[in-house]
Amino acid sequence: MQASITNTSTRYGWAMIILHWLIGIIFIGQFVLGFVMVRIESQRTSFELIQLHKSFGFLLLGLIILRIAWRLGNVAPPLPASVGTLERRTAPLVHLALYAFQVALPLSGWALVSVSTLEIPTMPFDLFVMPNLPLTESDAAESFWASAHWYLAYAGITLVALHAAAALRHHFLLRDNVLARMITPSSGGE
Amino acid sequence: MKARILGLAAFAACLAVPAIAAAALSDAAGSYTISPSGSSIRFTIGKAGGGGFDGAFGRFKGTIRIDNGDVGRSKVDLTIYPESVGTGQGRIDQFLRSDAVFDAANNPEIQFRSTSVTRTGDTTAVVTGRLTARGKTFPEKFTAELDGLKGGTIRFHVTGKVLRSRYGMDVGTPLYSNVVDFNMMLTGRKG
Repeated sequence: MQASITNTSTRYGWAMIILHWLIGIIFIGQFVLGFVMVRIESQRTSFELIQLHKSFGFLLLGLIILRIAWRLGNVAPPLPASVGTLERRTAPLVHLALYAFQVALPLSGWALVSVSTLEIPTMPFDLFVMPNLPLTESDAAESFWASAHWYLAYAGITLVALHAAAALRHHFLLRDNVLARMITPSSGGE
Repeated sequence: MKARILGLAAFAACLAVPAIAAAALSDAAGSYTISPSGSSIRFTIGKAGGGGFDGAFGRFKGTIRIDNGDVGRSKVDLTIYPESVGTGQGRIDQFLRSDAVFDAANNPEIQFRSTSVTRTGDTTAVVTGRLTARGKTFPEKFTAELDGLKGGTIRFHVTGKVLRSRYGMDVGTPLYSNVVDFNMMLTGRKG
């Protein structure tokens, strides 16, 4: 049996699985980094962590675009028959919200650096200069986008926690394959 | 990072710098105190993607001593107080003063002491000296151009490039260039 890159009617392919976990780990890492970087005492370390946060933010944005394209071009395996009506209806909404946050969070961060009166350039991983979004810089806009980014981050991490709790419930209480299929890829034989 | 002024006046004085120096030769020699009025110490650091980051030091002091007979023996001493850095953006000023850059609390002075002055033209000279910032000292070179000499006042335009990484101020590279471009107008008054 060979692991398949694409999804099948019952399982996720390894491309989706890798994107899911990679984005999930970076997303949680970004939350922690974002929390720490604005509270740390050393201004130098703070500056450097913020640049790192920006780098990972753009990496996330790239991965998310790839993931959405992949999702749109692949079948999504349906939920197991055992899943009840309420969850069957709400799960897609939560997943849609998760996707919305994955897009909105990096974009709000990009907007924040674009309007900041500090005018600090952005160079993801020191590789190239990322242009700013065409927004007008001002202190007011900076504080708006800082708040927006902050609220989105807290709302997003809450959704991630719900999502993780639901996955654990499926695995340990309902004992279905909802979590397992996001870990073990579909095989060519399926 | 600052430069010191040159002993330019010296050559101005000694050398045949025509209009300015001829008459003033005997007057140029002597000790000048750098006057905050008429003097400025500005710097620019290039930014990735274009543009630059400009700032200035508001407080500094120094002396220029012009040797009457030998330009090369002229001396420049300059002390800059990094606490006085200004960029027009308060958050950036605070960052620059912090231990991320100048660490002004522990290193309240940036000093330049000239070690040699070499004349390069009628009104220009290269001033070499030792620059000390954040406890580190390196040789640096600045170009000075005599900009005016009148009565007991002498004025130099001083430019030079300093690599900030050597002084433990490499934060922000490569977003911000390692090269700091200095542009100073130093006005000295005799006495």
